[in-house]
Amino acid sequence: MNEAEIATLAAILAAMVRAATPLVFAALGELVTERAGVLNLGIEGMMLMGAVAAFGTAHAGAGYAAAMAMGAGAGVGMSLLFAFLALGLRANQVACGLALSIFGVGLSAFVGKSLVGTPIEALPALPIPLLSEIPVIGRALFSQDILVYASVLAVPAISWFLFKTRAGLILRAIGENHDAAHDIGYSVLKVRTLAIMFGGAMAGLAGAYLSLAYTPMWVENMSSGRGWIALALVVFATWVPVRALLGAYLFGGVTILQLHAQNWGIPVSSQILAMLPYLATIVVLVLISRDETKIKLNAPACLGKVFHSGR
Amino acid sequence: MALRLELRPEASRAMLFVAPMLAIALTVATGGLLFAALGFSPLPALKVFFLSPLGDLYGISEWLLKATPLAIIAVALALGFRGNVWNIGAEGQLIMGAVASGGVALALYDVSGAWVLPTVLLAGIAGGALYAGIPAFLRIRFHANEILTSLMLNYVATLFLAWLVHGPWRSPEGYNFPESRMFTDSALMPILLEGTRLHVGALLAPLVALVAWVILSRSFLGFQIKVIGMTPAAGSYAGFGPKRVIAFTLMFGGGMAGLAGAMEVCGPIGQLVPTVSPGYGYTAIIAAFLGRLHPFGILLASLLLALTYIGGDAAQITLGVPLAVTQVFQGMILFFLLACDVLIRYRVRFAARPSLGGAA
Repeated sequence: MNEAEIATLAAILAAMVRAATPLVFAALGELVTERAGVLNLGIEGMMLMGAVAAFGTAHAGAGYAAAMAMGAGAGVGMSLLFAFLALGLRANQVACGLALSIFGVGLSAFVGKSLVGTPIEALPALPIPLLSEIPVIGRALFSQDILVYASVLAVPAISWFLFKTRAGLILRAIGENHDAAHDIGYSVLKVRTLAIMFGGAMAGLAGAYLSLAYTPMWVENMSSGRGWIALALVVFATWVPVRALLGAYLFGGVTILQLHAQNWGIPVSSQILAMLPYLATIVVLVLISRDETKIKLNAPACLGKVFHSGR
Repeated sequence: MALRLELRPEASRAMLFVAPMLAIALTVATGGLLFAALGFSPLPALKVFFLSPLGDLYGISEWLLKATPLAIIAVALALGFRGNVWNIGAEGQLIMGAVASGGVALALYDVSGAWVLPTVLLAGIAGGALYAGIPAFLRIRFHANEILTSLMLNYVATLFLAWLVHGPWRSPEGYNFPESRMFTDSALMPILLEGTRLHVGALLAPLVALVAWVILSRSFLGFQIKVIGMTPAAGSYAGFGPKRVIAFTLMFGGGMAGLAGAMEVCGPIGQLVPTVSPGYGYTAIIAAFLGRLHPFGILLASLLLALTYIGGDAAQITLGVPLAVTQVFQGMILFFLLACDVLIRYRVRFAARPSLGGAA
C-alpha cells in the first residue's frame, strides 16, 4: 500500500468508529435495562430527545459538557415517563415503548423546529498523546472525541458492574426471576427504575453524539432508526456487553461501506445502498434468532413481564 | 398519603370505555397547557386545533379522507395485536402497496376501462401483504422478532420508493422532479363529494371493520387469535400453533396497509412521490389501542386521530406552531391511554400508610 491508500484506510476506519458510537451507547444502555427484565422499545424517542436537547444547549453557547449532560438528562426524563407507565402503572411494556418512540419523534421535532439549519462547531477531537501517532490505528481509534472514548470505556465498566459486583448480581437476579428476588428482599421496582434511567441516559448520549459530533446539526428524525438497530444489537449480542460493541462496529462498517461504495465507482444508486444497514440488521437478527434455545438460554427470563408485588 | 393499586377481581367493563374518554380529556387539557406555554391563550388555540377545521363541508371531507387509511390499517393491525403479533411495519407495507399499485397504474397508462382501478387496488393489497409476508416468514421460520424486522422494512420501503421516483419511474415530463407521471383517470378513485378530495375509499373503511369483526367474533381463526393472545401455551395445548395466526394477521395487516397506500396514490396524491403518507402506519397503532382493539371502536378512534392531522395543519397555518404538534398530540393520547388503562384491572386506593390495617 502506498501512503495515500494507508491514509484512506485510516480515514475509513475512523469513520466506521464514529458511525458505530451512537449504537454502542444506545445498545449498552438497553442491554442493562433488559438485564433487569425490562424491554424498553423507546430508544429511538429517547435518542432524539437527547439529540435535540444537547444540540439546543450547545447552540445556546453553554458548552459541550453542559450539552452532553442535557442530552443524557433528556434521555433520563423520557425514560422516567416509561418507568412511570410500565412499572408504576404496570402497563404493557411493548405498548409503552412504542408510545415513547412515537412521542419522542414528535416532541423532538416540535421543540427543535427553530434549531433546524443552524450549524454548530463539532465536538473537537482529543488525540491521545503517543497512541494517536501509531499508523492507521492511531488515526482510527485514538484521534477521536471524548464521547467515542467514553463509549468504548463503558464496555469494560458495564461488564465489570454486571458480572463482578453485588449490585450487578442483584440486577441480573431481578431480570431472571423477579418474584424470587422480591422474596429475598430486593426492591424490584427500585432496581428496574434505575436500570431504565441508565438506559435513558445512554440513549440520550447516543443522541448527543449524533447532533454534537457525528453530524453537528439538528435535523428532524435524525437518528433514522438507530434506536431500533440498537435493540436488534442487544439480541445479536446475546445480552453480553462486549458483543454489543463488536456488533455496533460491524454496523458502523456497513454504514461506511455504503457511503464509500459510490466513491469506488460501484454503479448502484445511493438509495439502494442506504438500505444496507437496515437489511443487515434483519439478516443479523435472523442468523442469531435461528437457534431458539440459544436466545432462550441467554435472554433474561423475566424480560418484558409485568411484576406484581402484592400477590 | 400514597396511591396504591389494588387488583380487581375481574377487569372492569365500565373502565374499558371510561379510560379512552379520560385519556382524550387529559390530552386536550395538556394540549391547552402546551399552547399556554407557547404564549397562546389555551381555549382559542384548542378551538383552532380541534373545532375550526370541521367548520365547513370541505373541512369535514378532509377529515374523513384522513380517517380512512387510519381506520383501514388500524382495524387490521388490531387483529394481530390481539394475538400478540406486533406488526409495526404498516408504514412500509403502505408504501409498498403504493409502489405496487403505482407500478400497475403506470403500466396501464394508455389503457382505459372500468377494470383498471380494481386491478390497481388489488395490486396494492398484494404488494402490502407480500411485504408483510417477509417478517411473517422470518418469524415463523427463524423466530426473528417481527417488531424489529417489520420496522427495519419501513426504512427499506421508504428508500425503495425514493429510488423509484428518483430513477426508473421518474416522469419524463416532470422537469426532473422526483415524481412519477400523473395517473390517468381510469386509475383514480372516483370522487364521492363534488368539489372535495373525498373518494369512494371512505366507504371501504366501515366495510373492512365489519370484515374484521366477523373474523374476530364469528370465525375459528378469530377464536385462535384470541386464545393465543391470552395464553400462547393454551393454544398449542388445544392443538393449534401460532404459525397460522402469525401469517394471517401480519399479511392481513400488510394487505390493508397496502390498500390504504394504493388509495392514497390513486386518490388525493394521483402519482408516486417520495412521501406518500404522513405516518399513517404509525398513527394506526395508536388508533388500534385507543379503539380498544375492537373494529368499531377503532373507527371512532381513527376519526379522533384524523382530527390531529387537520388540527396540526390548522395550528401551523393559524398559530404558526410546528406541524409536529400533530405527533405530540398523538403521542400524548397513547401515553394517557396507557396510564388510564390501569383503571381497568386495578382500583386506585388512597392509603395513608399502605402497611397498616392490611384490610385489602
